[in-house]
Amino acid sequence: MSTRQAHSDAARIDPHSKTRTTGHEWDGIEELDTPLPRWWVITFYATILWSIGYFLAYPALPTLSGGTQGLIGWHSRASVARDMEQLNEIRGPVLERLANAPLEEIEARPQLLSAVRALGAAAFANNCAGCHGAGAQGAKGYPNLNDDDWLWGGKLADIRRTIEHGVRWDADKETRSETMPAFGRDGMLDAKQISIVADQVRAMAKLPGGKATPQGAKLFDDNCSVCHGVDGKGNHDMGAPNLTDALWLFGSDKETIASRIANGGGGVMPAWKDRLDEPTIKALTIYVHTLGGGE
Amino acid sequence: MTSADMGKAKSGSLYAPRKAIYPKEVEGEFRRIKWGLLAFTLSVYYLLPFVRWDRGPGAPSQAVLVDFPHRRFYFFFIEIWPQEVYYLTGLLILAALVLFLMNALAGRVWCGYLCPQTVWTDLYLAAERWIEGDARERARKDAGPRSAKIWREKIAKHSLWLLIAWWTGGAWVLYFADAPTLVYALATFQPGISEAYIWIGILTFTTYMLAGHMREQVCLYMCPWPRIQAALTDEYALNVTYRYDRGEPRMSLKQASALRLAGAPAGDCVDCGQCVAVCPTGVDIRKGASFGCVQCGLCIDACDAVMGKIGRSARLIAYDTQMNCDRRRKGEAPVYKPLRARTIIYAALILAIGALMTAKLATREDAALSVLHDRNPLAVTLKDGSIRNAYTIRFANMSAEPRRFLLETSGVEDAEVEIVGVEPDIEGRMIVGVGADQTRETRVLVTWRGARRAKGQTPILFTSKELESDASVTMRDVFVTP
Repeated sequence: MSTRQAHSDAARIDPHSKTRTTGHEWDGIEELDTPLPRWWVITFYATILWSIGYFLAYPALPTLSGGTQGLIGWHSRASVARDMEQLNEIRGPVLERLANAPLEEIEARPQLLSAVRALGAAAFANNCAGCHGAGAQGAKGYPNLNDDDWLWGGKLADIRRTIEHGVRWDADKETRSETMPAFGRDGMLDAKQISIVADQVRAMAKLPGGKATPQGAKLFDDNCSVCHGVDGKGNHDMGAPNLTDALWLFGSDKETIASRIANGGGGVMPAWKDRLDEPTIKALTIYVHTLGGGE
Repeated sequence: MTSADMGKAKSGSLYAPRKAIYPKEVEGEFRRIKWGLLAFTLSVYYLLPFVRWDRGPGAPSQAVLVDFPHRRFYFFFIEIWPQEVYYLTGLLILAALVLFLMNALAGRVWCGYLCPQTVWTDLYLAAERWIEGDARERARKDAGPRSAKIWREKIAKHSLWLLIAWWTGGAWVLYFADAPTLVYALATFQPGISEAYIWIGILTFTTYMLAGHMREQVCLYMCPWPRIQAALTDEYALNVTYRYDRGEPRMSLKQASALRLAGAPAGDCVDCGQCVAVCPTGVDIRKGASFGCVQCGLCIDACDAVMGKIGRSARLIAYDTQMNCDRRRKGEAPVYKPLRARTIIYAALILAIGALMTAKLATREDAALSVLHDRNPLAVTLKDGSIRNAYTIRFANMSAEPRRFLLETSGVEDAEVEIVGVEPDIEGRMIVGVGADQTRETRVLVTWRGARRAKGQTPILFTSKELESDASVTMRDVFVTP
């Protein structure tokens, strides 16, 4: 469909501007044939030439199994690698000092401490925040790293070991593997006994509604004190939580405690030794330690 | 130049081609003032980076320095940190008010005497005159055929222009690094100063284009000030004015003296056109106030010279007002009122802001403290049930000496305060050492055993006391209890 009208198809000279028209006419309005400025046209052709060069030089055309590679061999990965190299060059001196300094000394050196905390915060956000939360505040089943309660110990060396080898991470031979038995599921205690132990534990923690009984004390002694201690104060070596403090990883209501006794088990943390380099692990260790919970 | 003039263009074209302006050289009072200001402002600009100021070891010894890498601005005895950028805001407000005041007193006087565009254009015109000759000669050369001599002159002129432009860009970068070191580095082509080359390039290009090729077009088309100043001026502001009450009707000298002999009135203007010939923006001031007029007063000089020669009194063109021309014509006395509501308000505001800034500067603390509460988590419950909040506290030591700060808190009773990486001294005090002219960020943990009693937020104050002088800064925050 054409909006052009047949009678005005021929170009003519516009009497007002003395300029040629294109012959296109709409509702009596004709279009002047005004040429573009020369520099504009040259620029236009230059951009076309430029695009051909660009098309050849850089990866441009997708193919079924990849794409054209471009003549100059540019690759976005290569430029990322170059950026990383530059970054490492800037960080180099700090990383070197970090690698050489013993963990205990880093915290006493303000400049190194602030560099390591920045590095650790970034590494934490990338690797740990998924489970422990952006501020390491934890969640149900995932420990809060800001508090002073530590399942596996909060000394620098303990934290480092946990990061390197993980918790109940079967792929790592040195992982922390002790696990709470499933007393109910495996038939070691019946439902009534579990209820009595749960009451006993809540009494030891001075939780409201807790109920200590001789039977409860005996059941605790026989089944729980091996790991959690006679006084229920837990054991870092076995990752056994302190049952007498105010902090409960899975919750402190009777139902939760009974369920933990019945089903056992515990959280899992991956081992990071093969995925993060030495300075990063060191920085993470210091960062977590300085969050405030460090022993 | 009126808008009708500017719109005068070849019919059919949307654009008026630039009319070449050949401002003629002129001598006189205002020209001398302009030369004086040109010499002064350019010397300040070109030489200021080389002025030294001893700030002791480790600090730059340049009087005026914008130190971006270290985020400091040095101005003689003043050292500005990034958080004090309000001084710059204050300075900009002051500059705007001074501009307003100047405008209320004498119109666009800034444009004619102090604006960089005017100053560099003047310098470029002087270079042009020196090489190519005065206005008439230049016009003749441009209109006639190009001879080898003309080409030589053109090349010499543009080279000199580029040299000035390059020196202008060169002086600019000296404000951002130690000037002598940078000059040496530039002169010996040291690597690693590509930013300096880029900035010199940009400033060379803009100076050459704006002062050499665009000149009055910057004032007429690019600069917003003529439009703004029209809204800021009033009928009492002095402007370069053709006193038509005295000049009109124009007539030849002979006619005028004949009329005067006969006792009839005659205008002083002999229509010699000198006021137009010397105007850098091509304005005919006799057509009345114009947005093209930059108030440089060169037409006054030109007219005064002519008036002197024909034995009439000077200042047919003068700093005056349209209103006074009208009043004189009606037989009323001219009115000069520099003290008006707006000038008094501007002056008062300038004084007030100036005083405020001086006072702020005089009582400026050379130590600062900033407190940031941990947001994630807001509060942490500890094993024994007490609550702990964590804060990021930054100590700033803005003096040239390393200093020690004692951190104390109040507002939360029996709070235990711990700074990560800082061992308390024998008395259990938390003392943080901060190097000269540096900041130190610390993580501070506040544990409150009795927090359970207070739900919500409790105000807490952090005080940093400088150990030697006991000067202190206090910041307020809150202790959050879940």
